[in-house]
Amino acid sequence: MTVSLSGKEVARKIEEKFPGSVVESSHDSLVVRSDSLPDVARFLKDTEGLDFDFLNFITAVDYYDHFEVVYLLNSLEHNHSLTIKTRCYDRENPIMPSVVGLWQGADFQEREIYDLFGIKFEGHPNMKRIFLWEGFAGHPLRKDFK
Amino acid sequence: MALRTEPFVLNMGPVHPSTHGVFRMRATLDGEVVIDIEPVFGYLHRGIEKLAEQRTYTGIIPLTDRLDYISSMNNNFAYCLAVEKLAGIKVPERAEYIRVIMAELQRIAALLIAVGAFLNDCGAYFTPFLYMFRERERIVDLFEMASGQRLTYNYMRVGGVSQDLPEEFMPALRKFMAMMPRFLDEYDQLLMQNEILIARTKGVGILSKEQAINSSASGPVLRASSVKWDIRKADPYSVYDRFEFDVPTQANGDCYDRYRQRVEEMRQSLRIIRQAMEQIPPGPVKADVPHLIRPPIGEAYARIECPKGELGFYLVSDNSIAPYRCHIRPPSLINLTALRDMVRGWKVADLIIIFGSIDITVGEIDR
Amino acid sequence: MEIKSAGKYIYSDIELDRQEGQVIEGLKADSQEPIPDPDQWLDEELEQNILLTTVDALINWGRRSSLWPAICFPACCAFELIAANGPRFDLARFGMEIMRASPRQADLMITAGTLTWKMAPNVRRIYHQMAEPKWVIAMGACAISGGIFASASYAVVPGYNRIIPVDVYVPGCPPRPEALIYGIQMLQKKIARRKNIDVRKLLER
Repeated sequence: MTVSLSGKEVARKIEEKFPGSVVESSHDSLVVRSDSLPDVARFLKDTEGLDFDFLNFITAVDYYDHFEVVYLLNSLEHNHSLTIKTRCYDRENPIMPSVVGLWQGADFQEREIYDLFGIKFEGHPNMKRIFLWEGFAGHPLRKDFK
Repeated sequence: MALRTEPFVLNMGPVHPSTHGVFRMRATLDGEVVIDIEPVFGYLHRGIEKLAEQRTYTGIIPLTDRLDYISSMNNNFAYCLAVEKLAGIKVPERAEYIRVIMAELQRIAALLIAVGAFLNDCGAYFTPFLYMFRERERIVDLFEMASGQRLTYNYMRVGGVSQDLPEEFMPALRKFMAMMPRFLDEYDQLLMQNEILIARTKGVGILSKEQAINSSASGPVLRASSVKWDIRKADPYSVYDRFEFDVPTQANGDCYDRYRQRVEEMRQSLRIIRQAMEQIPPGPVKADVPHLIRPPIGEAYARIECPKGELGFYLVSDNSIAPYRCHIRPPSLINLTALRDMVRGWKVADLIIIFGSIDITVGEIDR
Repeated sequence: MEIKSAGKYIYSDIELDRQEGQVIEGLKADSQEPIPDPDQWLDEELEQNILLTTVDALINWGRRSSLWPAICFPACCAFELIAANGPRFDLARFGMEIMRASPRQADLMITAGTLTWKMAPNVRRIYHQMAEPKWVIAMGACAISGGIFASASYAVVPGYNRIIPVDVYVPGCPPRPEALIYGIQMLQKKIARRKNIDVRKLLER
């Protein structure tokens, strides 16, 4: 049975290494600051005992005043999982760091989030629209798209 | 005197007999050898995630049918699991067993198409494909008995299934189970040692274990690269922990192994169906769930092992009759991230075979 | 083992994507009204009934008994089309055994699946590449009116008749292979009444 790691415990480990990066943590998930995301992600991937080598999915949710990008990480060896979120408060020009260097499976999913929400991921080798055509006005999955 | 060469871009357009639907690839070639490939999709983007925010929880079930349209029962299953996890609904026993039987039958039907289409790409034009359709028609007859539809069933509901199995279902299923192993042996005899198949697929398009995990591949693609990861064993859902079955893996990770993996998985599915048929209890088939479901505020992610890989639904609810956000984790799209590395250095003809062995459905990629 | 990162694509031309996007936007602006169905010649037939010659009958018999479909299967209805070709509902007995990949060698287009605006210019190009006489069967609810996805109209074309003229509509989601065969027979009846040679014009010369 895949154990879903408690957000609070992992938050404690992350705070020891990178103080100030965890914004809030709960039983199910934890929220980190977007500029410390690459370091936290590398720490989660390389540490013994955590070993999150499998990125399950990346998605984004539009909560009217901010965007929340959700990552679900899995470890095939230890059979546990963790949900990490970051928030982006900028609606005009949202930019987040990309994790393609760590997990290549993030490639198409980040492009999809750019296409449907407008969030750009810096560090991605090919940031362009994937489902809709270039020249399409707007980003459909935003709550204010008509 | 050195010859001046330059790379050439070949567009394998959206309408092409070998691209398994509307899928476009721009391949950069050096002579005939592929050096880079850029997939272009979105030709079937129907906006299912946006539509799901405007429909009730039960009304999304027909939409989920049309995602991976050759394995509709599995899509329904994953979605119903996600809503039940979110709302805390318990499913009666008989409904669980019916769901497992339907899901495994659907897995066999979808793997038959996958294998048939792969052999079509290899050059055995339509013959094995139509042989596999013969079996698929029998399975589709069983589904039609239960749900009334041939392709997009809309059979499962939140809290169970929509109606009980009719009386003639179990005898027909027994007859099918008696016949099916013989057909799988017949295909093995015709195809496994075929020289052309082995020459075209053995050693072609190798996906190493680390690369597969790093590209988030799942399903037969991951297991053929010798990673023993099956969600039915690692993270069992529904009643899968009561059945006894193996998780086959293959050693090399080339196209031949992926083909072999799918045939082996069909055999394991037959084992599960046999056990489910013996253990199924009588009882109600649907929990008492209101028509308009209002789950409490929260989020849930539920995943199943579908014939292509790991299909998951991430639902966010705000206590209204429609979900706030419904995200679908598409196995075909994520398995495609490995395509670029698998294809570099091979020729155009091998590109078709490698692409066919990943087995995508465009409805799931584009949603 | 060191995993190589994805790296930049050698050829990823955003300029080409922009041009294609402009084509799509142009087509979307032009296709706000549905194209009328091609059945005007059915009325003419009534007044010139006697002049439908045996040569016409022979030509029509040849055309309707060996319709060759072009491959155009985006979505789910494709599997009912393939099942109609399969061993149980055999389309080969109607002369439609060969699914032509090249539209230049086909005369029937069975549109099996949802049409999106991104795909629309390609479908139109394939339709124009087919040689006359050609017919179109719109198969499934998505092909007739956008179907279950019509409300997400940011991406879905509400029916193929915005882009190409359609002869026969086959409803269903997806339609059973028997329904598709009924639609094909209806098209065959339509072809049988087609007038190919205008005897009056020949006599005037």
